[in-house]
Amino acid sequence: MVRESFCKYIKDLEKDVMDMGEMVIAAINRSIAALKGRNVDEAKRIIEDDMLINKKRWDLEEKCINLIATQQPVASDLREIIAILSIVTELERIGDYAEGVGKIVIMYGDEPPVKPLIDIPRMAEKAVDMLKKSLDAFLKRDAKAATAVCSEDDNVDLLYEQVYRELLAYMLENPKTISRATYLIWTAHNLERIADRVTNICERIVFLVTGTMTEVNVSKY
Amino acid sequence: MKLTSKIETVGLNLHYGDFLALEDVNIRIPAQNITAIIGPSGCGKSTLLRCFNRMNDLIEHTNVQGRIVIDGRNILDPDTDLIFLRKKVGMVFQRPNVFDLSIYNNLRFGLRIHRMLNKRSDIMGAIQNSLEHVGLWAELKDKLRKNAHTLTLEQQQRLCIARVIMLKPDVILLDEPCSALDPVSTLKIEDLLRALKQEYTIIIVTHNMQQAARVSDYTGFMYLGRLIEFGRTQQIFTKPQEDLTENYISGRFG
Repeated sequence: MVRESFCKYIKDLEKDVMDMGEMVIAAINRSIAALKGRNVDEAKRIIEDDMLINKKRWDLEEKCINLIATQQPVASDLREIIAILSIVTELERIGDYAEGVGKIVIMYGDEPPVKPLIDIPRMAEKAVDMLKKSLDAFLKRDAKAATAVCSEDDNVDLLYEQVYRELLAYMLENPKTISRATYLIWTAHNLERIADRVTNICERIVFLVTGTMTEVNVSKY
Repeated sequence: MKLTSKIETVGLNLHYGDFLALEDVNIRIPAQNITAIIGPSGCGKSTLLRCFNRMNDLIEHTNVQGRIVIDGRNILDPDTDLIFLRKKVGMVFQRPNVFDLSIYNNLRFGLRIHRMLNKRSDIMGAIQNSLEHVGLWAELKDKLRKNAHTLTLEQQQRLCIARVIMLKPDVILLDEPCSALDPVSTLKIEDLLRALKQEYTIIIVTHNMQQAARVSDYTGFMYLGRLIEFGRTQQIFTKPQEDLTENYISGRFG
């Protein structure tokens, strides 16, 4: 095969993206676990560990820049590197949302829960599932699968609405819950944004495979 | 990883008659890496390359000052054994210069000059080894008696590299080795160079900046006989320190 070493650089890059994806998924799962267990120490660690995700993003960007500068990628190789530059930005931002949940856990402290956490973990589960599927579609160059992931964003939006309405009702009923309920709305909002960012990743996968830049799914929020 | 330098020049000046072709060149070529020398025509890059095995001696009115140290020895010393030097520092040229002989005799040629290997089995072993290094063994093992000119240009250039490898050099100098080749053959030769750098120190002079960027680990930029900048290729092509380098590699002059 011609340009064996270049192909290896690209494969390494793909592996880095997958590794970064794993780091981000772990951050989301940990942040929700910390919220459920109201574990402030773990929340602090999540915030610290976000630096690692940020660093991974800079490393990946640097590799992409070096490849563009030295290897003159064209066609699907170029699209892949451009797509990766976008994908790592989205992943980094998703990491920030998980970090944001960590910060909320710290604000929440040991105040009693407003309500049992059911829909928020479900939102997180769906968002993580979307993210996993998008990374899988990236590896398999599957534009169809990427497009399908985008339509799942509607489910996350529906859950978000549900959480919002429910918490609004708590606040109306008992103003003492306002600050705690607001924290939970922020959490739900972060998760809703994660799912939106995943749809951006999917759009980049469609671009990588087909060369078309298109908005696949317009989120309600 | 600490880099050891294979070749080091100190205050190297070279005159062709009155013309100063190299001016105070100080360069350290890292061992077992690919170093590319780039720069506009007439900047002295080929002249510098030819210094490393004293090929400039063949040009009249050449005057060299300074030091060129290879493995701790200044090769400009008058007692340098040039035959031995050129065996250790092999060279591949712009156009494949295969001899009008069989593939076998092309490869054996240097062995005769250097009185290396006499036994037929040893010679065949060396030929197989060098053709394997350049990825030609499978194609040519049954055609060793064919004239080398019957090969494609890319195969001929590979054969020239194999011919250099026959002599077990430490350093391979390549002067525009791909300029006579089509793009796909060029990429194949680049892959070959990358594989060879495990064992050899490779220095490539090229007009083709993209090639330098693709293939090399280190890049030196020359202008008007001076080495303007030397560094990791990734650094040179993403954040060069000198404006001259930036202007040249971004195509603003040259």
